[in-house]
Amino acid sequence: MHPAPSVIIFTSLSGIGFGLLFFLGLGLPAPTAWAAFVFFVIAYLLAVGGLLASTFHLGHPERFLKAFSQWRSSWLSREAWLSIAALITMAIYGAGLVFYGVAIAPLGWIGALLSIATIYATSMIYAQLKTVPRWNTPLTSLLFVVVALAGGALLSANINAAMMFLLATGVIQVAYWIGGDQALRKSGTTLGTATGLGKDGEVRAFEPPHTGTNYLLREFVHVVGRKHAAKLRIISLILMIGTPILALSLTFNHVTASIAVITHVAGVFVSRWLFFAQAEHVVGLYYGKR
Amino acid sequence: MTELPAQTNRKLGLVIDLDTCVGCHACVVSCKGWNTENYGAPLSDQSAYGANPSGTFLNRVHSYEIAPETGGVAQLIHFPKSCLHCEDAPCVTVCPTGASYKRLEDGIVLVNESDCIGCGLCAWACPYGAREMDTAEGVMKKCTLCVDRIYNENLPEEDRVPACVRTCPAGARHFGDFADPDSNVSQLSAERGGFDLMPEQCTKPVNKYLPPRPKDTMDEVDILAPLLAPVAQEPKGFMSWLDKTLENL
Ligand code: SF4
Ligand code: SF4
Ligand code: SF4
Repeated sequence: MHPAPSVIIFTSLSGIGFGLLFFLGLGLPAPTAWAAFVFFVIAYLLAVGGLLASTFHLGHPERFLKAFSQWRSSWLSREAWLSIAALITMAIYGAGLVFYGVAIAPLGWIGALLSIATIYATSMIYAQLKTVPRWNTPLTSLLFVVVALAGGALLSANINAAMMFLLATGVIQVAYWIGGDQALRKSGTTLGTATGLGKDGEVRAFEPPHTGTNYLLREFVHVVGRKHAAKLRIISLILMIGTPILALSLTFNHVTASIAVITHVAGVFVSRWLFFAQAEHVVGLYYGKR
Repeated sequence: MTELPAQTNRKLGLVIDLDTCVGCHACVVSCKGWNTENYGAPLSDQSAYGANPSGTFLNRVHSYEIAPETGGVAQLIHFPKSCLHCEDAPCVTVCPTGASYKRLEDGIVLVNESDCIGCGLCAWACPYGAREMDTAEGVMKKCTLCVDRIYNENLPEEDRVPACVRTCPAGARHFGDFADPDSNVSQLSAERGGFDLMPEQCTKPVNKYLPPRPKDTMDEVDILAPLLAPVAQEPKGFMSWLDKTLENL
């Protein structure tokens, strides 16, 4: 799949933003007045900024309201509803903290739940697709949720939770990669089944339909850059998990915390880039590619 | 609503005969022509006469080579591909806006272009590459089964079939109702063993493909062959020396 920067930025940043809202909703921490204001502004910048970035790849962003209509069947529509519900609930909860210094706990819990549900809905947009075998696994959702929780824990300075979720991210990320490398083969889809000609012998793509490129090839067949995948995986693990854990286990102050957050986010970007760049859409088979 | 109908009254679709398709791309051209001038946004081209031409098509013809495992004659198959109007169309259920839908009356899968936000998710969900986002319009385009021809009473009766079917000089594309077991397409598909593309994706395509017939092999009848025994396999004399020298260079 084509690793569109807008989608990589959206899924990474909004994930972390909703992760932070999750911890704020649980009252971990429950700051008041200015401190609360700063926490909520950061969370909303990330969550809303990510959502806005995602509209850049729409052909008609001005019609986005229509995307709320199909929540009964579409995960994209559900994501739209859940994100708005989470943002509104947490805004009311945040206003209580900032202006009145009170934490309306049940509202916070609902907001936390909605934040997690939003991340899950985002992940299901990818995990539901049978056409991309690498994504079509529950590990995709698990990974999205755990990464968001790790980022949220880091930003909300819940050190123990951060350590735990960072380690979990590492384990799930590696499992996702190992499983993913087998996924296309295990899906059973080949050029033989795609053309239905496989029972007669070995099928080879002889000529593409056009000499030039097209939407399908641009969107679904991204093979450049995959050759550095192994190196990028290691870089991503070091940045996303290794450095933050190291920084946090040394001492906790503003410098180490900043290093942990910045390297973590950079690592998440690399991981998300790989998530798209390495994903093989079965339509590539028709073009003799994967 | 982008929920799928439990079942449709009719199942209109195509049978594509891989045995007779000659790969002339006439259906590609007629499809582009008809659908640019009629229903919905035109199918745009980008830099059509430039160095990297690219454009939107609802129907494309690939070519594949089959090398039989038993060592028979290799075959070249031309392979037209347009939307298969799947019964369990994943492209419809993922659509957040309701722009994509499957018609209850005839099973045609369509896009309501004025509702489409151009998110592209339906194209991601289609295993066959049957949907293309138009670069100029920012909306999703797909085969309409020429819905604006098949019911069009302004056209002469013989033209009330999809443009690609009407055009095909080899008669490789057939249009009809698969819900009716006596229809031309149902009969043809039953007779010739029509099959689904990527059945493992569970999309239940309506369109069927007919397999190519195997090529026959010619018996060796050359009476002069024994007289033409192959000449020296291994080079000798000067040629042999040259061969070795070149090898050693
Ligand atoms: S071929 Fe693709 S676009 Fe057409 S109905 Fe099936 S899944 Fe949808
Ligand atoms: S591109 Fe248009 S038709 Fe396709 S899923 Fe998005 S809104 Fe629906
Ligand atoms: S039925 Fe019409 S829209 Fe579909 S491939 Fe044929 S000509 Fe194109």
